[in-house]
Amino acid sequence: MIARRFIPLLATFSLLVVMFIVGGFQFEGFASLQVVTNLLTDNAFLLVVALGMTLVILSGGIDLSVGAVVALSGVLCAVLISEYQWHPLLVFPLVLVIGTLFGAFMGTLIYVYKLQPFIVTLAGMFFARGLATTISEESVGIEHSLYYAVADAGFALPGNAWLPSSVILLLVVFGAIFLLTHFSRFGGYIYAVGGNRQSAALMGVPMARTTIGIYAMSSFLAAFAGILYTFYTFSGYALTGIGMELDAIAAVVIGGTLLTGGSGYIVGTLLGVMLMGIIHTYIIFEGTLNSWWARIAIGLLLFIFIALQKVLNRSSTRG
Amino acid sequence: MINTEISHSFKERLLITSRYTWPIAALVLLLVFNVLMDASFLNIHFDHGRFYGNPIDILHRSAPVALLAIGMTVVIATGGIDLSVGAVMAIAGAVCANLLVATDASLFTVLAIGIASGVLCGLINGGLVSYMGIQPIIATLLLMVTGRGIAQLLNDGQIVTFQHAGFSFLGSGTLLGIPVSIWLVLAVFSISQLLLRRTALGLFVEAVGCNASASRYLGINDRTVKLMAYMLTGFCAALAGMISAADIQGSDANNVGLWLELDAILAVVLGGAALSGGRFSIPLSLLGVLIIQTLNTTIMVSGMPSKLNLLIKAIAVVLVLLLQSDTFRKQISGLAGRWRHS
Repeated sequence: MIARRFIPLLATFSLLVVMFIVGGFQFEGFASLQVVTNLLTDNAFLLVVALGMTLVILSGGIDLSVGAVVALSGVLCAVLISEYQWHPLLVFPLVLVIGTLFGAFMGTLIYVYKLQPFIVTLAGMFFARGLATTISEESVGIEHSLYYAVADAGFALPGNAWLPSSVILLLVVFGAIFLLTHFSRFGGYIYAVGGNRQSAALMGVPMARTTIGIYAMSSFLAAFAGILYTFYTFSGYALTGIGMELDAIAAVVIGGTLLTGGSGYIVGTLLGVMLMGIIHTYIIFEGTLNSWWARIAIGLLLFIFIALQKVLNRSSTRG
Repeated sequence: MINTEISHSFKERLLITSRYTWPIAALVLLLVFNVLMDASFLNIHFDHGRFYGNPIDILHRSAPVALLAIGMTVVIATGGIDLSVGAVMAIAGAVCANLLVATDASLFTVLAIGIASGVLCGLINGGLVSYMGIQPIIATLLLMVTGRGIAQLLNDGQIVTFQHAGFSFLGSGTLLGIPVSIWLVLAVFSISQLLLRRTALGLFVEAVGCNASASRYLGINDRTVKLMAYMLTGFCAALAGMISAADIQGSDANNVGLWLELDAILAVVLGGAALSGGRFSIPLSLLGVLIIQTLNTTIMVSGMPSKLNLLIKAIAVVLVLLLQSDTFRKQISGLAGRWRHS
């Protein structure tokens, strides 16, 4: 008998496999290693953002500012590198620190003043997006030897597939967040806070540190995703990542994390992002379908998984 | 005994005046700033059968957000939120535009179907929230994600434009010299205010927002109340979408109503309503709308870059929320006390 909490995870995994097999039968070249690495490359920044979102949702909160933080850190990188001639290795730490402080500030507002996470991060989204457009309204291109070097780096895989450096970086981040969530004390605190705030506080979980840490972590990862995005597009643009927060939330939920907090897995988010990516890939391969079907399909999927959560929750409290 | 009652009612009256004091002060401050910058800011003149001037312009431009804010106020009062209003605006606009282009349906039919599409969206939102027990943020997020996709599909990814004098009247027509959009806002406002304040409906909404299970034990059907609130928001969003579509004589599913859900929420918050639900006031929310729109116009007229808009709004939301927070008030009064002592 499979534990009930694994059911959404398994459903996502099976759906992913089914999509892959159906696509493989329908289109030549769909079921290849290259499509898998492309899925990872094209969704690297989304996955990084979604990992942060997983931590926030596990703790029972929500972070709507991530898409805007991605844009802000991308614009900061591009402007500092291209217009101020800073070295990228100097820019990246700075951008990551700014992102982390931004998240910590939102976390402070949420914890100290008992404000709702959704409205605080909504204001954060306004602020980061506004700041990004104030810094530069146009897309700023990046030309730097480091960028070309990183873009060319990677490993050849069997079957003519290519594992680019961004995916390697992504796997490292994934591993780190996986360990942090499932094998560290901080990870335990996140689950405790999401399960029941009052019990967590009574058990001696440092509530201030945990809440502020979670939002700082989420913004840190969003800033990191912004840097990854500049490697993907070789530019920074204030309007990138509009709606990315919704995609990230959808990936987390499809990956089986409970929206009420306290239950879910980091691996699920990886599966969720992959499933959303494969839906996009399928629609591109199909060729005749309007790309707007992808959004509708993801919306429907989101609905099905939320309904599934409800059903599973209800039967578990009864049983 | 009598004394305490008197002092109680006096306090209550003071409370009400203080609820209006801050939003009105903010609006007056903005207007004064504008008049100082440009003495003719508040001038209205009559020309070719309609009024012109900044005040009319502010009212006309704020009509969509005002409609959204009316619905949003009630939804927030029930302890919910509706993030899908922008997407619903897109859907209603797309439905009407396609009906006008592809069929020769009568104006009345087009209007009715447009409104019905919005109410249906509200029904879906409300059903998810009250009958499936999904958190409002997430339930309405679903339609926010898919809604624009649906509108894009209806439009086949294009901007659908139309020529229809009757329908355009909604966006650019005037009645007694005043834009129709303003009349529509006034009508929706008066009807909802009548329904909510002259019947027990408003009390039900506040009861459900304060404590849904307690009001169920009292015999209030909390699910129906929530469902109705989301249907009202759907109705308002559809009307706002139709005004916006009529204004540009076309349906632009990508951009219509973009970020307006945030403006509507901000308006309600500026009006002093708690996001956790309970007490609400539609007039105060509309005051919030006027503040936001005056701010927009101020930024535009004064030649400041319009991109500052988002930054200013973000800071405004946080400040208002902090002012509502008990902890912040205590900190401030603590600081003030220390300052007085030293």
